[in-house]
Parts: sequence; structure tokens; C-alpha cells
Amino acid sequence: MCRPGLIVSVVVASLGLLSSAYAQSTVYMPAVLELSGSGAVSGTNFRDGMILAVEEINAKGGILGKKIEMPLLDTQSEAGIARAQVQKVLDNNPYVVLGPVFSGSVLTAMLLTQQAGVPQLVGGEAAAITQKNNPYVFRTSFGQQFSMPKIANYVRDGVKAKTVAVLWVNNDFGKGGRDSFIKEMASRDIKVVADVSTEAGQADFSADVVKMKAANADAIFVYLNEEESARFLKEAKKQGIKSPLIGETTLLGQKVIDLAGDAANGVRGHVGLTVDAPIPAVKEFAERFKKRFNYVCDHNGIKGYTGIYFIKYVTEKMGKFDSKLFAHTAHGIAVTPKEEPGILMEATWDQNGDVDRESFLGEVVDGKQKIVQILPKLGK
Amino acid sequence: MNRLGIIVVGAAVIFAIAVPFFLKPFGIYLISMWAVLTIAAMGLNLTLGYAGQISLAQGAFVGIGAYTTALLIQAGWPYPIVFISAGLLCFAIGWGLGYPALRVQHHYLAFVTLAFTTLVFLVLRNEEWLTRGIYGISGIARPTLLGWSTANARDFYFFCLGALTVIAAATWWMLRSPWGRAFIALRENPIRALSLGLDTRRYTLMAFAIGSGLAGLSGALYAPLVQFIEPNSFALGLSFNLLLMVIVGGGGCFFGPFVGALVAVLLPEWMRITQSYYLMVYAAIVMLLLAFCPSGLLGLIERVIKATRGRRGPDGIAPNAERANP
Amino acid sequence: MASFIQLLVSGLATGAIYALIAVGFTLLWQTSQTINFAQGEFVMLPAFFILSAMNWGAPFWLAALIGIALSVAILGLLFKIIIVDPMLRHGVLPLVISTIALSLFLKESVKDFYSSQAQPFPALVPSTDIHIFDAVISTQSLAVLAVAIVTVVALQVLLNKTRVGRCMQATAQNPTLARILGIPTRRMVLYTFLINGVLVAVASILVSPIYLAKFTNGETLGMAAFVAAIIGGYNQVRGAILGGVILGILDNLSAAYVSSQYRGAFPLLVLIAVILLRPQGLFGRIEERTV
Repeated sequence: MCRPGLIVSVVVASLGLLSSAYAQSTVYMPAVLELSGSGAVSGTNFRDGMILAVEEINAKGGILGKKIEMPLLDTQSEAGIARAQVQKVLDNNPYVVLGPVFSGSVLTAMLLTQQAGVPQLVGGEAAAITQKNNPYVFRTSFGQQFSMPKIANYVRDGVKAKTVAVLWVNNDFGKGGRDSFIKEMASRDIKVVADVSTEAGQADFSADVVKMKAANADAIFVYLNEEESARFLKEAKKQGIKSPLIGETTLLGQKVIDLAGDAANGVRGHVGLTVDAPIPAVKEFAERFKKRFNYVCDHNGIKGYTGIYFIKYVTEKMGKFDSKLFAHTAHGIAVTPKEEPGILMEATWDQNGDVDRESFLGEVVDGKQKIVQILPKLGK
Repeated sequence: MNRLGIIVVGAAVIFAIAVPFFLKPFGIYLISMWAVLTIAAMGLNLTLGYAGQISLAQGAFVGIGAYTTALLIQAGWPYPIVFISAGLLCFAIGWGLGYPALRVQHHYLAFVTLAFTTLVFLVLRNEEWLTRGIYGISGIARPTLLGWSTANARDFYFFCLGALTVIAAATWWMLRSPWGRAFIALRENPIRALSLGLDTRRYTLMAFAIGSGLAGLSGALYAPLVQFIEPNSFALGLSFNLLLMVIVGGGGCFFGPFVGALVAVLLPEWMRITQSYYLMVYAAIVMLLLAFCPSGLLGLIERVIKATRGRRGPDGIAPNAERANP
Repeated sequence: MASFIQLLVSGLATGAIYALIAVGFTLLWQTSQTINFAQGEFVMLPAFFILSAMNWGAPFWLAALIGIALSVAILGLLFKIIIVDPMLRHGVLPLVISTIALSLFLKESVKDFYSSQAQPFPALVPSTDIHIFDAVISTQSLAVLAVAIVTVVALQVLLNKTRVGRCMQATAQNPTLARILGIPTRRMVLYTFLINGVLVAVASILVSPIYLAKFTNGETLGMAAFVAAIIGGYNQVRGAILGGVILGILDNLSAAYVSSQYRGAFPLLVLIAVILLRPQGLFGRIEERTV
């Protein structure tokens, strides 16, 4: 038996593994995102938000005189590939790594950026991300440990519920949200009468709706991904669920509304970031985004956009490009729209990398998300 | 193995030892992954290539090995014991699964292993108290052996390469032993083997169990390589990937898994621009190979060489005479 | 009690879908020893043919016909000629692996060339809800049930009452003998593939409005088809149908009354139990194995 193929493969392979260095007059900030696969919508929104910010900044001369260089790498929505891609970009000494959005991918990649001492700006919302003592990770939106207290307050004060049923998707996103939510319910003396898990990609929700109906709770908290949310809402309407359906950003998003049709009307919940916010800066951003990319962005677009401006602000504060000093400077920093208009809404980053901002209570009315109330920052 | 084969393998070994010095950490990570996956693919090759049984559980066994390793390392057990435990545990589970499953007809093992993989995934995800559930286990330390720390990327690669060499040698020896010869006879002509008094089921079961054990060893290396494991990595996707690797490389060829794993690890890199199409191209390659050359890439190379050698007719041997396959 | 009936009714509707897919799977297995691991993807794909046709301006009824035609041509005829015939020469094992590779190929192709996002799909019948004994069932689910029953009855008639059907059965039971008796076995086998092409297209049209057209649909549907076929008895079309319905109801009941985290495990445990204890399935015949 001959194995010349083995040698040839290895030779050609190693040629493919060598890579090039980057120019000195730019700052290298690679983006590792879900550009295909199940996370493609989130990843592409996040990417486009960042691209808009980068174009605006580069048009004005860049950060501290250096233009931003942001090559895009696709994780294909898989944690293993995300890890490999982050490993790849770390070989080229980036200033900051951007993304991923999926919590599972973030958790995998975080170890590498921490080892390398490179700050990582992520879109993931799982609580665990900022609970690992990693000084280099920074969120672009609320972690579940920030959004859940707000929702819990609404359940207690707005809906005035004494009992609640929880429906969640059994992945890191859903489980993390469910764990945080249950904790918040316990501390507010609200009883959880049903705790039902569902599978990602599940199509048949009749059993779950039956269980929700049987639980007869004052409110039902729904924490699923977009398609599953739509399917659940349709089934819930079909079987005539009476309790109010409460959700978090995803449940009130346009995608769910489009897929669920009028089954989405009446859904209420907490919305962290939305282009429907009654804030002029956000509305102007939404206009610019729509003009540049020809579609309406979701909350991931806002995450990406404000994230880049956050990096700009911190860097200008330091006066130089220093990855390790970035981590030190960014903890505890507050960025206001007055100092940096690109941040759109005032935001503070704490010692764990969590971000705190105003947020909103929304309701789906006639097929559109309507903002009913603005909630203040948790901290301050 | 003929002289040319020995030269090729020798050159490959030298190459494998030299190459990490020319690569960045990402490249070293890739070739470490290649070494780890080759071990799992070798195991599957025993089951699929030699014994002719379709197993879709190889990924699950890698997962069981990886989780065992991660939990035991974090409980403070010394690595060599952990390594062997992972292999033995998977061997035992493989035996237990195969015993009843191989009683039934050929194609049913595929479905049983399919169900098993999904069940393993569910257990890994739901039993938080044991496996930390969906959040996975992070911060898995790389072992220190006799004072040599493998924490560095290059050191860990050599560790993987060493493990691969030892395991490959053991497997090669096993296949050359009387047991191994009987086993191969099984594949060539199962009815004849039966008539000679060989217990087909016994051999097939051993092959499946050993194959699963090898997957466990692969998992024991996978966990410290990636340093963060979660249930999703060991679902059906990995089993399919390993299956494709064995086929592409050449089922039933000893070095098939090496080539197959190399293609699987490097194909996404070669297709850098159209990276998300990689799996589609991979699947297409497999279908084409199966249609035209079921013995995989190695079989293809072999045929080409036979064709050219046949024309030239070296050593005065008539062009149509063929040498027996090892 | 009302909820139990609801679960039963919903399970029946889901089970009807599984039955439809399992029937095609069983048919292929029976007549040509083809274990089609890509059956789930075969059901996922026609929906995208239809969506593409609609994107080019065709009205739904025309797009549906185009979808069925393409399904028969590609998933029936081409599948047989390009993949099954060459592979069968090498044995059942390469064919099974080939269909595994095919399932990956189809899934990734749709993801890359169409979209990775779920697409809304127009329903055959407008969705209104009907109340039966305190349970609610949608007209869509009833349509699925109706079409499934009609299809199965038609298939049974075809197989048992027509000459062609009986030739197909003969080919399934003993191809050599059938050939000796003058039955054009290759054509019979071709017919089963074409029938499967129709079945998966119909299943696709029925399923996609509820599930939404998505490239990952094949995974769950395929698995359900295998489980249903094996539980019911892979060598009897009747068995596939009963297997599908049992599976649908079992699924729903276990999700409601047993742990919801392990909802996926129940059907799999039943599958393993059936394979180990009664390999021919609950309603199948014991097959004689020739050496």
C-alpha cells in the first residue's frame, strides 16, 4: 500500500496554514460572527451594525488617526468552529476581538482571549459569560442577570402576578434565562407553578400549551428562540390560553410577529434594545441603517453599532492602543451620548464587563411592537 | 507492507515531527485535532471498515471519554489513570451496547447507535449535577507527565502525536496477531469463516467494543486539547463526521483514518473563501468516492499506482499479475 | 380529561405526518433494500422547490405541481439512477452511507443556497379551529389526517388490487423468483421510487405550513420516520402507518406526563426495545434471511 497521498496532503496543508501580517497604519479588530447557520440573522445584524459604525468612524479619520480594519470570520453558528476562528485571529495580535453573538460560542472562545490578554466584545446574553472572572470580556447588551430583575419587577408590579409558569428552550440561552428568572421570582415571593423545557427546533407545542393551561398561572413567561416562539404563540392562541404571555426582547421582536401573525398580539415584555425606542438618537440610527443596508435592524444591530463606539471612546480615553490597559480602563466606565454620540443611550460597564442602560417595556399591538414605558438603569 | 510504503510512512513521521515548528498556534491546534480525531476514526474503521457494521455512536463515545476525563481531572486524579479509565469505560459500554444490538440484523445497529447517541446527548445535557449540563465544563487543564508540562500548544501536540503513534502501533500489532487475522478473514468471506467455526458475532462485538474504547481514548485527549466541552460537540454531527472520514480515507485500509481525518480537518481551511460550503462539498466528495471508488482515497491512489505499475511491468513480472493486499 | 383528549388529538395529527413519511421509507426498504437515511431531507426539500417556484412568480397551485414533479424527477428518478443503482452493486452498506452523505448534502445545500432561516409556507386549507369534545384541532391538521388516510388507502389498493401492485410486492418478497416469472423487476423498483417522490412531496406540502420550511426539518422528520417504520414493522405498509400514529401520540403524552427534559428519549427507548425484543416491529412479518 502506498501513501504518497498522505505526504502531499500534509505539504499542501501546511502551505495553507501560513498567514500574513497586517499593515501598521490600521488597527486590527477582527469580527468572529455567526454569518451562516442558525444564528445567521443575529450575526449578520450585529455585523452590519458594526460595519455602519466602522464606516462612520473611518470617514472621520479612524480612532486616534488609525483606520479600523475589521475582517469577518464565520463561525457557522457552531461553538467548535468559533473557537478555531478565534484561535486563528489571535495569531495575528488583534487589538480587540469582536463577537460572537451565540452564548455557547462566546463561552468557548472566552478562554482563548483571556489567555492572550485581548479584550473581547460579545453579543451573548447568557449570565455565565460575566461570571467566569474574565477581565477581558465585555457585553454589548444586558446579561440575563440584568434583564431578568427588570422583567421580574414588571411581573410583580405591572402584571401583579402571584403565580407564574415558565416555558424555556433547553440550550445555554434558554437555561441561563430560566435559572436567572426563577431566582428573581423566588426573591419576590412569586410561586413558579410550572417549569417546562422545550427543545430547540421543536415544532409541536400542543403538549406544552396543555401543561401551561393546566398550571393556571397568573402569568406565563416565555423564553424561546424566534421560530419556536412563533409556533408556541400560534398553538397558544389555538387552544385559547387566557393568562398573559410575558417575554424578553425576542418574543416581541419583528421576526416573531411576522411568523406568528395575529397570534402575537397582546404579548408583553421587557425589551433591552429596539429601534422602536422613543429616543431620537436611536431613531436616527435606525434611519441611517435602513438607508445603508435596506432592511430594518433588530437589537443585534444596535449592539454591534454601540459596541464599536464603546471601543472608540475607551481607546481615546487611554490615548493609545493597549489591549491590557483597555480592560483596566473600561471597567467602571460610563459613556454618555453627549461625550460620544455613537453610544446612542447612556451606558455603564461594570467590573464584570456587564453593561447597564435604560430599557423598555413593550407590547405587541396590531402586529407592531409598541413601547409602553422606559425603565431606568438598574444601578446608579 | 512493501519498501515504498515504509519510506512513505517514515517520511510522514519526520514531517509530522518537524511541522509544528513552522506553524502558528492555530496551525498547531489543527494538527493536534487531526491526531485526536485519527484515533477515533481508527476505532470506527475497525467497526465499519473491517467488521462492516455501521456505527453512528462513535461521536457519543468520544463524548463519554471527554466528559470522564474532564470530571476526573478536575477531581484530582492523575492523568495516566484517567486516560486508561476513559478507554476502559467506553470499551465496557461498547460491549454492553453491542451485545444485544448485534444479535439483530445488519442494518439495525445503525439505528440503535443513532438512538444511543441522542440518548447520550440528552443525559449529558440534562444531568446537571454530574456534567454541569448545557453550560459545559471549562478550564480543563492539560496534564503534566513525569515533570513535562503539556500546557504549551506545541508540547501538547507532541503528546497527542505520541499517543497516536502508540495506539496505532498497538492496533497494527493487534491486526497482525492470530486474532486479527481471523478478524480480517471475517470480512473477506463471512460464510467461509462461519463454516470454519469462527464465531462471527464474537469478533464483531470485540471490534465494536475496541472501536468504542479507542473513541474513549480520543475523548481523553480531546478534552484537554479544547479545554472546554459541552454536550453539543458530541451529538450526531461528530458521528457523521467520523463516518465520512473513514469512508473518504478508505474503509478497511489501516492508514485510511489518517488520510480521512486530515481531509476533514484541512478541507475548511482550503476552502477559506467559501468556508460555509465545506460540509456540502465534503458530503459530495463522499458520494462520488462511494460511487466510483468505494475504497476511499487510499484505494484510489492504490488503483492509480497499480495501473502505472501494470504498464511498466517491473521485476519481470507479467503486467497482469497482481500482488496480494496486506 | 380535556387535556388528555387534546393531547390525543394533536398526537394523531402529528402521527399522521410521521405515517406519511414512514410509508415512503418502508416502501423503499421493502422493494429494493434501500435504507434511505435521507428520507427526512426528502420531505424538507420539495417545500423549497415550491418556494423557489413561487419566487419566480408562479401561483401556489402551480408551484405545488412543479414541486411534486421536481420531487418525482429528482428525489425519485435521479436518486435511483445516480445513487441507488451504482451503490447497490457494491452492497447495502455503501448505499446506506451514501444516503447519510446525501442527507448532509441536501441539508447544507438548502442552507447555503436558499436560506438558513425558517420560511413561512402557504397552507393548503385556511387555518380555522374546530372544537371537538373540549379539544381544539385546526383544519390544517384535519387536512393532514384526511390526505394521509386517502394516500394509505390508495396505496393499499394499488399494492393489493392491481396487477402492477402485485408485481411490486412479488419483487419485494423475492426478486430472483419474480424475474424468473417474467416480472420486469427493474421497472417495479423504479415505480416505488417514483411513488416515494410523490409521497414526500405531499408530506412536504402538508407539513411546511405548520413547521415552517427550514433546512433542519429533515433531522426530526427523518428520525421520526425511522422510528415509526421500525416500531410499526418495516416490511408492512400498514405497520408504518400505525407506527407513525403511535409515535405521534407517544411523543405528546410523554412530553406532557413524563419529564419534559427527556421528551426526546421516550420514542428512542421504545425504538431500542422494539429492535431488541421484536425486530420485525409490532405489525411486521418475520423475514426469512437468505444467505
